[in-house]
Amino acid sequence: MLNKVDECIYEVPIDHQEGMRVPGRIFISEGLLELVEEGTIDQVANVATLPGIAKYSMAMPDVHLGYGFPIGGVAAFREDDGVISPGGVGFDINCGVRMLRTDLFTEDVYPLITNLVEDLFHDIPSGVGATGRLRISDNELDQVFTQGADWAVEAGYGVEADLVHCEEMGSMEGADSGQVSLKARKRGRPQLGTLGSGNHFLEIQRVDKIFDSDLAKQFGLFEDQITVMIHCGSRGAGHQICTDHLQILNKAVRKYGIDIPDKQLACAPLGTPEANNYFGAMAAAANYAWANRQIITHWTREVFHRYFGDADLDLVYDVAHNVAKIEEHDLDGSREKLYVHRKGATRAFGPGRPEVPAAYRDVGQPVLIPGSMGTYSYVLCGQAGSMDLTFGSACHGAGRVMSRTRAKKTYVGAEVKAALAKRGIKVMATHPKMLAEEAPEVYKPSNEVVDVVHNLGIAAKVAQLQPLGVSKG
Amino acid sequence: MEPYEYLEHTADVKFRAHGASPEEMFENAALAMLNAMVETSSVRERETWKMDLAAEDLEQLLYNWLSELLYLSEVESVVFSSFRVDLSQGEGTWSLKARIGGEKIDLARHAFENEVKAVTLHQFQIKRDEFWTAQVVLDV
Repeated sequence: MLNKVDECIYEVPIDHQEGMRVPGRIFISEGLLELVEEGTIDQVANVATLPGIAKYSMAMPDVHLGYGFPIGGVAAFREDDGVISPGGVGFDINCGVRMLRTDLFTEDVYPLITNLVEDLFHDIPSGVGATGRLRISDNELDQVFTQGADWAVEAGYGVEADLVHCEEMGSMEGADSGQVSLKARKRGRPQLGTLGSGNHFLEIQRVDKIFDSDLAKQFGLFEDQITVMIHCGSRGAGHQICTDHLQILNKAVRKYGIDIPDKQLACAPLGTPEANNYFGAMAAAANYAWANRQIITHWTREVFHRYFGDADLDLVYDVAHNVAKIEEHDLDGSREKLYVHRKGATRAFGPGRPEVPAAYRDVGQPVLIPGSMGTYSYVLCGQAGSMDLTFGSACHGAGRVMSRTRAKKTYVGAEVKAALAKRGIKVMATHPKMLAEEAPEVYKPSNEVVDVVHNLGIAAKVAQLQPLGVSKG
Repeated sequence: MEPYEYLEHTADVKFRAHGASPEEMFENAALAMLNAMVETSSVRERETWKMDLAAEDLEQLLYNWLSELLYLSEVESVVFSSFRVDLSQGEGTWSLKARIGGEKIDLARHAFENEVKAVTLHQFQIKRDEFWTAQVVLDV
């Protein structure tokens, strides 16, 4: 049973499950709440049992069933008595989204959409088993893990301005490549510069609607503008890093005598060697992901320049939505250092935070919310309200409502593609079945999800983006 | 007894694999995982691999077994269709010796279902009643 606390705020009471240290808080509309499964609420409750959790175990409006944390789960842990858990980060460490703005208008680009999508699909490897166009040495891979996008720009894949407009400047501090196993290196090396599969995509979009013209101006967005969105993560490197450390932390749970309701919530007390090693490895994977998105950005620019010689493709922002970070927040009247876990949630810092790039610091950070294939994506702006309500966090997407298995039984890839084509959206994918499982209907309506964070004062709607062309794994 | 069954999960793949013995359960769990990736009926047994693993208990060994198969599949660009597992129990340790049959990935012939990112520990468990059952959730 959930208690309604306020409009769009529901509480999972502390007695929902034995061992909960704090209540849960789900930020969601009544309509979207109906789509939330019982198992998802149990996952919110499971997170609430972890030591040192601050305030609440939180869930964003796109929350759905995950493994460990729910997808859309946010939890912050106090430095002195808290833990770090890969269950709150996931296997695809720093899966995230970046957005490029062009100086091109729809009418110039749309007639060439087929060529553009075909070239992007061809030039940026995607799909199961894809390996990149890059050949890097072990030493270079080490630098990818320690320097992230910084390495990529140094190597010629992008410009300095890209780093300035990237969460963590594209390079997370504390990365320890010594904690990256040989296996993770072997998986990661050939895959740098690949999109991956599943819900990852590269999309050409059009600014369809501006909600707030001042904020849009601040982010360099205008109506009918062409933008590009890139959604991918740390590939096999991240998957292996999580797999390796999950086993170590599973032993740590016994060593430190922590009771966990689910093995995926394996964790270690902050400050212990196991926690430090996981953090170092996780940060290395996060850096790999930022380098990956940076390289893909460079190749995207190459494709656009083939057709539009000197077009600008400037990075608006790059956000991580699977990561644990050290942040300062107000807690019970004092400033505290917290380990904020966001599993399928986006940081949404409001004005004034030093972590936000100078260009946006006065207004708040851009929050990028990809829609599902064929539906609108959104750009929002982090608001002061998020700091108090959600440790500066917002939703990360639309949120699945239908399982992949059922989607593949219900939809046929070729039909999904044809239906999108009818609406003027050009889609290319390596496997038609992937299109069926990513059919727009398997997700919650993205507009309803962003309306919740807008109405709660977490992040303000800035622009609505309409898909024109999609390249998928 | 079905070798394995898939259960409903919104975002990921959940299955239960069964066996009259723990060995058979290990083999069926591998088949269930591979079938979530690719139609194993399209995979021929052209090459074989050997695997030796050890862990403190059977659950950890099963997690290692499935994770190692994913690793091998990815770094060698191969998919598998047959598994022969031998298990032995020592003092505080379980060991596995396996023979795995499969072939190089051929996108023209192999119909891929999902990219399996990893084996999760979410609701991961082994149960023994009438027969052995392993419950596994894969991150896809």
